[in-house]
Amino acid sequence: MNPAEHTTRIEPGRAWLSLDLKDIWTYRELLYFLTWRDVKVRYKQTAIGVLWAVLQPALTTVIFAVIFSQVARFDAPGVPYPVFVLSGLLIWLFVFNAVTFASNSLVGNTNLVTKIYFPRLIVPLAATLAGLVDLVPGFLILIGLMIVYGITVSIQIILAPVFIVLAVVMTLSLGCLFAALNVRFRDVKFALPFALQVWMFISPIFYPLDIVSERARAFFALNPMTGILQGFRASLFGGPFDWFAIGTSVGVTLLLLFLALFVFKQMEDDFADMI
Amino acid sequence: MRVINAENISKLYRLGGARHNSLRDAVAAFFGRGKNDPKTELWALRDVGFEINDGETVGIIGRNGAGKSTLLKVLSRITKPTKGSVEIRGRVGSLLEVGTGFHNELTGRENIYLNGAILGMKRAEIQSKFDEIVAFSEIERFLDTPVKHYSSGMYTRLAFSVAAHLEPEILIVDEVLAVGDIAFQKKCLSKMREVGKTGRTVIFVSHDMQAINRLCSRTLWLNDGQIIEDGETSAVVGSYLHEQLKTGAERVWEDEATAPGNDFARLRRIRVRNAAGESIASADIRRPVEIEITFEALHDKKILIPNLHLYNDQGVCLFVSHDWGDEWRKRPRPRGTYVCAMKIPGNFLAEGSVFVTAAVSTYEPFEVHFVERETIVFTVIDSLESDTARGDYAGRLHGVIRPVLDWTTEYSDGPF
Repeated sequence: MNPAEHTTRIEPGRAWLSLDLKDIWTYRELLYFLTWRDVKVRYKQTAIGVLWAVLQPALTTVIFAVIFSQVARFDAPGVPYPVFVLSGLLIWLFVFNAVTFASNSLVGNTNLVTKIYFPRLIVPLAATLAGLVDLVPGFLILIGLMIVYGITVSIQIILAPVFIVLAVVMTLSLGCLFAALNVRFRDVKFALPFALQVWMFISPIFYPLDIVSERARAFFALNPMTGILQGFRASLFGGPFDWFAIGTSVGVTLLLLFLALFVFKQMEDDFADMI
Repeated sequence: MRVINAENISKLYRLGGARHNSLRDAVAAFFGRGKNDPKTELWALRDVGFEINDGETVGIIGRNGAGKSTLLKVLSRITKPTKGSVEIRGRVGSLLEVGTGFHNELTGRENIYLNGAILGMKRAEIQSKFDEIVAFSEIERFLDTPVKHYSSGMYTRLAFSVAAHLEPEILIVDEVLAVGDIAFQKKCLSKMREVGKTGRTVIFVSHDMQAINRLCSRTLWLNDGQIIEDGETSAVVGSYLHEQLKTGAERVWEDEATAPGNDFARLRRIRVRNAAGESIASADIRRPVEIEITFEALHDKKILIPNLHLYNDQGVCLFVSHDWGDEWRKRPRPRGTYVCAMKIPGNFLAEGSVFVTAAVSTYEPFEVHFVERETIVFTVIDSLESDTARGDYAGRLHGVIRPVLDWTTEYSDGPF
């Protein structure tokens, strides 16, 4: 490479609008290796290894299926309750694990941040992408369960990846936002588990949205998880798409993404000094 | 061709008050408490400017806290300058630490790839150099063992081997050679010299004046965040060491919190004393000298071994001595203050300035609690009274030590 072609200028401040996407592209191999590391290391020194990725959704599904269908008597329209729960849980567990993991990613990689240059966004990005791998065993169980219950899918299933992408973008936004805030305010570490727990119960994971009143639904739609879950289930099991919830979810997610990148870029320069 | 152009770079660190790690502090600071308090501000670099051309090997020297590491961090883009700018032409590779990003759970093979990527190597590049890296590290047999089972020597060798095969246009190296065994250090130094010869630009920070002398043609001396001198290495190293002479033969750290060290041990005092226990700044070459190190143990479960490293004014290491005495060698030191003294016999050191680096470490596993480099200096004065190694010779006497040794003579009156 001709050195003259590669000139870097280091100076204080920077327009936050520049996202350095080109820089992230240059460092794509690092993104790949960090993702690979996060996947590889996740289940090291556990006795049953990657089985946890199967057990976590399976056991949670069983517990909630028993509690909510037997005790609370929830019922999902047109879908056996366990399948309904698992489809929601898959998305939720990804969001939950990836947001938790990504939020601690910068602080957990202090040695990298203080000793080497790379676009900092790569760290929470890798943590989120690593979480996607956990979706695979969960999906296998879901497909198995759908076969057992004899559920037939319609053409709408081709839209399912759209909602997974939407979930990834939302997770990524939250992960980057909290990762950046966590560098400065370690309060994030304590507040996050609590916030995630509240979020789980206000998202229609274990209950269908039908059980809330028409008026409350507008409020529920503000939660981007609602649109994602509604859309994902509609594409898996057929049935009408709730465009209001989906549209709101896309809007809120984009807003979150914008906010996250703004905060991240604002704080990025101080990471090495602050962490 | 000019590859680095640094103009008036300054870096401000805000200490204490402005560094809120919890929301409550941030809110309190926002409402006026401790805002822009000059006492909490530290200019780590002030108006530093220089130009470096391609193919130059430039050393950076200076005392601890002079701003060397901050300068490297700015050049490596890890942190931004508060003022000023740097323009860099070419790909920069920085080695501020050996084994950055190594993961204990991953194998040697996996870590080579991971670390290579972190240092900015492309996967194809790592693949093509893989065998060379493994051969350089001498750890072939353990390639598929997680590095957490490596000895610290193996770990360092592997980490350095990856780093040594980094081929950026500009290489920035912090004092990473301070670790590892001597044979391996030599291997690394010669590897770096090769890099310098291939027309790449190397910036090298070190406390080791020998290494600076051997590797660098030009040296920058930083003090208190400013460039004091920039020029030919031997001249700059000379004036730096001359300045160091004013260091003094005794240093005391009054405040435990700011004393060098960590949660296990802290350095409190270091001084040179005579046999009577009085502090001295110069010693008669014939008399024994003692170097006394006072440290505090802050933890009950650590084996702590004080060690002293002596250098002459050329930066040549005279020797390293550990307190391997039986009493504390295998026994953790209970909390408290320890005053340890190393006795150097008379007629041993050569005349001139002797710089003392003081450290306390734990071995098995290796851990350094503090290293205070060239923290004190004392002068050894040769007598002209002809009862020393000098005898009747008044000229310049070579050698890093000056012992008085026994000679024997057997005489016979015939030819050999």
